[in-house]
Amino acid sequence: MTITYREALRQGLREALASDPRVFLMGEDVGKYGGTYAVSKGLLEEFGPERVRDTPLSELGFVGAGVGAALGGMRPIVEVMTVNFSLLALDQIVNNAALLRHMSGGQLAVPLVIRMSTGAGRQLAAQHSHSLEGWYAHIPGIKVVAPATVEDARGMLGAALEEPDPVIVFEYPALFEMKGEAPQAKVDIVSSRLRRKGGKVTLVTYGACLPKALKAAEEVDGEVIDLRVLRPLDMAPILASVKKTRRAVVVDENWRSGSLAAEVMARIMEQGFYDLDAPVARVCSEEVPVPYARHLEEAALPQPEKIVAAVKGLFA
Amino acid sequence: MKVPPPPSGPVPLPDALSLAIVADMVRIRRLEEKCAELYGQGKIRGFLHLYIGEEAVAAGAMRALAPEDNVVATYREHGHALLRGVPMGAIMAEMYGKREGCSGGRGGSMHLFDAAKRFYGGNAIVGGGLPLAVGMALAAKLQGERRVTACFFGEGAVAEGAFHESLNLAQLWRLPVAFFCENNLYAMGTALERSESQTDLCVKAAAFGMATVKTDGMDVVAVHEAARGACERVRAGEGPVFVEFQTYRFRAHSMFDPELYRDKAEIEQWKTRGPIHTFTARLKAQGQLTEEQFLELDRAAVAEVEAAVVFAEAGTWEPVEDLTRHLTAP
Repeated sequence: MTITYREALRQGLREALASDPRVFLMGEDVGKYGGTYAVSKGLLEEFGPERVRDTPLSELGFVGAGVGAALGGMRPIVEVMTVNFSLLALDQIVNNAALLRHMSGGQLAVPLVIRMSTGAGRQLAAQHSHSLEGWYAHIPGIKVVAPATVEDARGMLGAALEEPDPVIVFEYPALFEMKGEAPQAKVDIVSSRLRRKGGKVTLVTYGACLPKALKAAEEVDGEVIDLRVLRPLDMAPILASVKKTRRAVVVDENWRSGSLAAEVMARIMEQGFYDLDAPVARVCSEEVPVPYARHLEEAALPQPEKIVAAVKGLFA
Repeated sequence: MKVPPPPSGPVPLPDALSLAIVADMVRIRRLEEKCAELYGQGKIRGFLHLYIGEEAVAAGAMRALAPEDNVVATYREHGHALLRGVPMGAIMAEMYGKREGCSGGRGGSMHLFDAAKRFYGGNAIVGGGLPLAVGMALAAKLQGERRVTACFFGEGAVAEGAFHESLNLAQLWRLPVAFFCENNLYAMGTALERSESQTDLCVKAAAFGMATVKTDGMDVVAVHEAARGACERVRAGEGPVFVEFQTYRFRAHSMFDPELYRDKAEIEQWKTRGPIHTFTARLKAQGQLTEEQFLELDRAAVAEVEAAVVFAEAGTWEPVEDLTRHLTAP
């Protein structure tokens, strides 16, 4: 059965709430409003206000409360409306959620799931369009996942809730209308995955760039690997692919400098240098805040044409 | 600020409790005096924030809590950890950075933890513990447990957004949190009136509709009664309470602080209000404590500290091969 990415997220949430009484959802407008992107629509009516909790506009407070509730034996799912707003909660994510196990010498666990929407492409301008996955993937002590398919949108939440440590789930509004199948309700959050076989070049990507990379791959005989898990990275499928294709382009909506793409490229260089016939290339966002005007926004982001051009550059 | 007269008058507490509280305060004092000495010898490194002068707050408040309650504290938490039941040896070993420390040597002075005692740190981000306490209280409420979460923080935290967000959430959701504000008048070196437009902290908390109590934090009797009242209210499900304990730190903020921001005379004046000697004087005046009894308690504390040092000295270093442990579940 075909469903949308949004419906897949909702199914994942509903299943989580129905299957474990310790699970509850809290965030801004997750209840009465139905979720900013309508992901949690209907869940308040189904599960009640104790388990689907609308919060005040206080990201630091309610994300920190999620950390505390996890310490207290619950399995909270905290929704932050967008990654930009999560900057208001960075202290609790980085200084508490990620550190408590370590600072306590392994005594404490923070089984917290933080969901946030991220990425550009809908003319929401600079303060609602950032891609900061790389920042979060920089932090030891948290796991970061990025569902780019309907199946992962359906299954990653459940897998995240089984983790004994904090997990950040990035959701991509640019993909919310995308349709697909979710044959498996359970997915792993360990591995990167081959999404398209190809022979000439390895395209490594994640999140909203996956459909763009797949489109570009048609034109250049690309092999596409979806990272899925941004921390810790699973490099084995990437290195195996590079061994075969001998070329790689990393596609990432992060800004180029200090991007997640930079980390992936460095690892390919460290671990697969002698398999390469050309330098590893990347297609990232232009180093400018995301503009409002559609043509400028499109120009700022990775696009299939840019990916094709980058691949051709490797054969020049 | 005008320094109030020293706490005085009869002590209405049962004798056994009074003696236990004296012992509590003396244990903290002796532990920290030794810590300062060991810091001078290079045995303890990093930041070391002493609680000397403020012992009445931890001593009076901790005796109002039950074993099932949660405690969240700050980076000036040696006394809280000790009175919550973390063994002194494990605290000292932690300050040495030894594997036998209460955080395995990963935390140090500012990050003392003991999950079994429900002691949740040891937080060195000012205000960082407040949202955590709110969440722990939310968990208790959702689980139907009558558990108080006691959250200690300094008056410096009141300037942080986390304070306002946390008090709002706690009151909005009627969560079982006791907010214990240790107002020692200085956020590191910045005096309260130099950082707050409203220096009456209870007024701030009351703005959230929260019950508030202002009390003399140098008077352990007043502290205990305020804390007990607050915990009873919280435990009864009447929502959070904010208690301001007005106290004073006799030592520098940390071992790196040259104390340029306050007068020696002010410190000396506050020392006349010292929580230990004013309390013992009151007990002696009532015939509830003899000098010999006090000396006995003090000797016991000194012996406990010596044993803690021996324990820490004998402790072991975690192998470097284990460096990347404790990041995620094994």
